[in-house]
Amino acid sequence: MNEKKIHKNKWQTTIFLLIIIFITYLSTAITDFNFIDSIATIPAAIGWMFTNLMVTQESMAKMPAIMEKLGETIFMSIAATTLAAVVSLFLALLGSKTTKVNNIFSMLARFIASFSRNIPVVAWSLILLISFGQNSVTGFLALFVATLGFLTRAFIESIDEANQSSVEALTATGATYFHIVSKAVIPQSLPQMLSWILFMIETNIRSATLVGILTGTGIGYMFDLYYKSMNYNVVALITFTIVIAVIVIELISNKIRKVIL
Amino acid sequence: MPLLKVEGLGKLYDGETKVLRDVNFEVEAGEFLSIIGPSGAGKSTLLRCINRMVEISEGKVIFDDLDVGEMRKKELRKLRTNIGMIFQHYNLVPRLTVIENVLHGRFGYKSTLQGVFARFTEEEKERAFFLLDKLGIAEHAYKRCDQLSGGQQQRVGICRALIQEPKLILCDEPIASLDPNSSKVIMDYLKQISTEMGITCLVNLHQVDVAKEYADRIIGLKKGEIVFDGPSKLLYEDQIENIYGIETRELITV
Repeated sequence: MNEKKIHKNKWQTTIFLLIIIFITYLSTAITDFNFIDSIATIPAAIGWMFTNLMVTQESMAKMPAIMEKLGETIFMSIAATTLAAVVSLFLALLGSKTTKVNNIFSMLARFIASFSRNIPVVAWSLILLISFGQNSVTGFLALFVATLGFLTRAFIESIDEANQSSVEALTATGATYFHIVSKAVIPQSLPQMLSWILFMIETNIRSATLVGILTGTGIGYMFDLYYKSMNYNVVALITFTIVIAVIVIELISNKIRKVIL
Repeated sequence: MPLLKVEGLGKLYDGETKVLRDVNFEVEAGEFLSIIGPSGAGKSTLLRCINRMVEISEGKVIFDDLDVGEMRKKELRKLRTNIGMIFQHYNLVPRLTVIENVLHGRFGYKSTLQGVFARFTEEEKERAFFLLDKLGIAEHAYKRCDQLSGGQQQRVGICRALIQEPKLILCDEPIASLDPNSSKVIMDYLKQISTEMGITCLVNLHQVDVAKEYADRIIGLKKGEIVFDGPSKLLYEDQIENIYGIETRELITV
């Protein structure tokens, strides 16, 4: 009986694998994507990268301008994240099961959060581009809205996870809502929340580049400009600075995280 | 006049699951009363009906001549300052210090602003240290609560309840997550509180022997109904069997 079962399981795995291979083959056939050909182009592509995407002496002259734009992008991401964090905190308090004021506000907060979260940041920038035009406000708002949704969701979870029991205890002592929020909920969830905010700042610096390409601001716009004018040396330099900036910020926030947690 | 009077108390969850049915009892000031019964008998719900942490579905709870079920927000707050509560999992704020957690017990007397900005008077702080000293944990006052052992955390919980200057303390399984040694320490302190300070204690327990040793009076709860109410020494084997069911007794003896 048991042996039969094992045999059956083996067969299932084999059949499953065959189906996957078949689907892969079918989709490459439909889309005219040739696996062998694409692998064959890799050496050539790498060769192109090495010849064109080299940082040269002339491109280094653009460094001050790049740094300025990079700084602008980083600060915009930080501003968008921190501002969104403040709003998210209020939404999360309303939305959380432990600290909700009533069900209507809770539903509303959760709705706002999932609505802004489920539209990707790229879509937000394009939507806002139409209404706000090509300027830094658009980029800021796109990051703000996407961050708002994510942070609200994360904060709700931090609050629910850490506080049910102490909220119950403080309610039983006759504490008011604001006592409970300020003296039990926030002290207990703050490290977690800060950690999420740091994570979101990192993510937003990455997405700010993409948002910048779309909305014409910051380092993303610069990237787009030199890319379109085929000045690949500068493009390489910009890419490197972005990568280094992201790594540095990640290191910093890991340090901060170690201290607060 | 009894301090607490429970009349025909019933509790329904979701309008159908009946957790408590027609519970009647009275508690005199200064009594040390234990409520025993198997898990799911409704012990926790019964305690939480008294300070209305859960809403009352049927019947009445009268505390200090006031109807708990009829209270509005402000009166309810006042009621809760008069009733301390101790929990199985201590329910402290783990990241805050011991002394901060103890002072949380004063929030019932504070306005919102006073509480948010932690404006505690000198007397309150002195009282907090006095209580910590009394429970033997004064040396840990500035430690974070998550650095303390379970027994020490429960003592912080007791201090938080005592600083409320309550007339009644509700203890929901205070020793269920503690080792035998710490359990004894906690139960001794609770007993001491009731005899020295004259504070009435209502203790939920599921260890019958502990209840018999410490409580003056025992209430046995089974499927939401009172099946025993009397002095501890009158609780005999057959009544325990009735409360817990025969199967449980076999489990214990094995």
